[in-house]
Amino acid sequence: MTATRQVEVLLRDLAPQVLGAVVRRYGGFDTCEDAVQEALVAAAVQWPTEGVPDNPKGWLITVASRRRIELWRRDAARQRREETVAALAQPAPVPPPGVDDTLTLLMLCCHPSLTQASQVALTLRAVGGLSTAEIARAYLVPEATVAQRISRAKQRIKTSGAEFTMPPEADRSDRMAAVLRVLYLIFNEGYTASSGEALHRVELTSEAIRLTRQLLARLPEDGEVAGLLALMLLTDARRPARTRPDGGLVPLAEQDREQWDAGAIAEGIALITRALASAPIGPYQLQAAIAAVHAEAAHAEDTDWWQILGLYELLHNIAPGPMVALNRIIAIAMVHGPREGLDRLAAAETDPALAGHHRVHAVRAHLLDMAGDREAARATYRLAARRTLSVPEQRYLESRAAQLPPPDRPRPGTDPDAGG
Amino acid sequence: MKYLILIYSNPMSREIWEGLSDDQRTVGFKSYAALNDDLRASGEMIVTEALADPSLAKRVTVREGRAMTTDGPYAEAKELLAGFYLIECESMERAIEHAARVPEAQLGLVEVRPVLDLSALEM
Repeated sequence: MTATRQVEVLLRDLAPQVLGAVVRRYGGFDTCEDAVQEALVAAAVQWPTEGVPDNPKGWLITVASRRRIELWRRDAARQRREETVAALAQPAPVPPPGVDDTLTLLMLCCHPSLTQASQVALTLRAVGGLSTAEIARAYLVPEATVAQRISRAKQRIKTSGAEFTMPPEADRSDRMAAVLRVLYLIFNEGYTASSGEALHRVELTSEAIRLTRQLLARLPEDGEVAGLLALMLLTDARRPARTRPDGGLVPLAEQDREQWDAGAIAEGIALITRALASAPIGPYQLQAAIAAVHAEAAHAEDTDWWQILGLYELLHNIAPGPMVALNRIIAIAMVHGPREGLDRLAAAETDPALAGHHRVHAVRAHLLDMAGDREAARATYRLAARRTLSVPEQRYLESRAAQLPPPDRPRPGTDPDAGG
Repeated sequence: MKYLILIYSNPMSREIWEGLSDDQRTVGFKSYAALNDDLRASGEMIVTEALADPSLAKRVTVREGRAMTTDGPYAEAKELLAGFYLIECESMERAIEHAARVPEAQLGLVEVRPVLDLSALEM
């Protein structure tokens, strides 16, 4: 590991602890967050060349505190407003023993007054210690957009009156769901990027895994946190096998399973096995359990589809959604045959949540292909390729269509559009 | 998700614009300014630009490795791109809400297109 990389890892671990300490001392989450960010930038520049100080956390707290006071003086001089002084006079309450700043920070960053994009950006910066520029690169948006998102998010938190404390007991489960959703989104953003700028985005998956590990260390008995971490590990384990050298996608059934990361799979299976045995069931645990069934099959044809179907039935009951509905239909087709899947798809399509969903065409094409109806499959793959919003998926669907032979040319005198 | 909001002009919209008083134009500019402020404040704005007059446009054709240009398209063409917003927001519905605030939407001259991205779901 290079010195720069070592410093980066250290800084990201320390970021939430330093921010917690500075907020407790001075109050004002928004200004403190800016101050800590500047301290992190200073450290990232100085430490790799000048060496890491003996007490890196203390160094960061000192530099951030100094900066916090400068920022306050500047604001105060500009505004001379009573409320600024009043705000400064009220530092966050001293934590009760055993309460962890990282958890408090995560809950604050996922405040319900924020849009999901803002929750994501703020979490990556305040808890993950990433810079605005790094977040912008990962999400392929301009730095100014991310900067606006973060500063606006902090303003909203301020005006909503939220404080740097754990939310009241009654709000905690909702807030926890928001935190898990944000971590899941960060992971997905990194994982689903399969080509092009992917290099920058792989970091998002490791960042999501790191933050989820931190969360699990604080809440070891929470089955959904364990389930989410297991889901991430089991999914990420397939990464080496899911893209071709040219960036094209390899579907699960065709992946070379030798390339899967056995260490990540073992850890994921251990986590989900323990969670399922001890905690109330939830959607992340079920998704992890499905990923574990895939991981346990040495070859695609060994997959226990009965078990996967059972898990999708449960998931469909507790957390219905278009993707769950479609995946359940695929499982039905794997167990009961493609014709049964196509019938279910036709029935499910009348559901407004699914009607017009672009993945419906991709699933239908796949089932028609399985059923041996090559002509219809080919046309439907083409239709699905036109309706997708993703470049790699488009290329994949086009290539599936191209693998099926074109329909015979219509005989002279027949109109291909007539009848039917 | 990223969305491109395309704003077109046509002979009718240009005629209406030319017939507006200064005060009426100010109202139009203010709608744009308010939309821009809101998109920046919410962090959804990526970029917005208004395009110069279509008479300044050049059509580029490469023949045998050489780029040749012709003028146009001309103002009498029926619909011409006049400006755009590239935004990032949570859904098509949200993008449509923003697009509806563009004054040209009252003339049916605003279009929202989803942008392809590099993501891919597990298959």
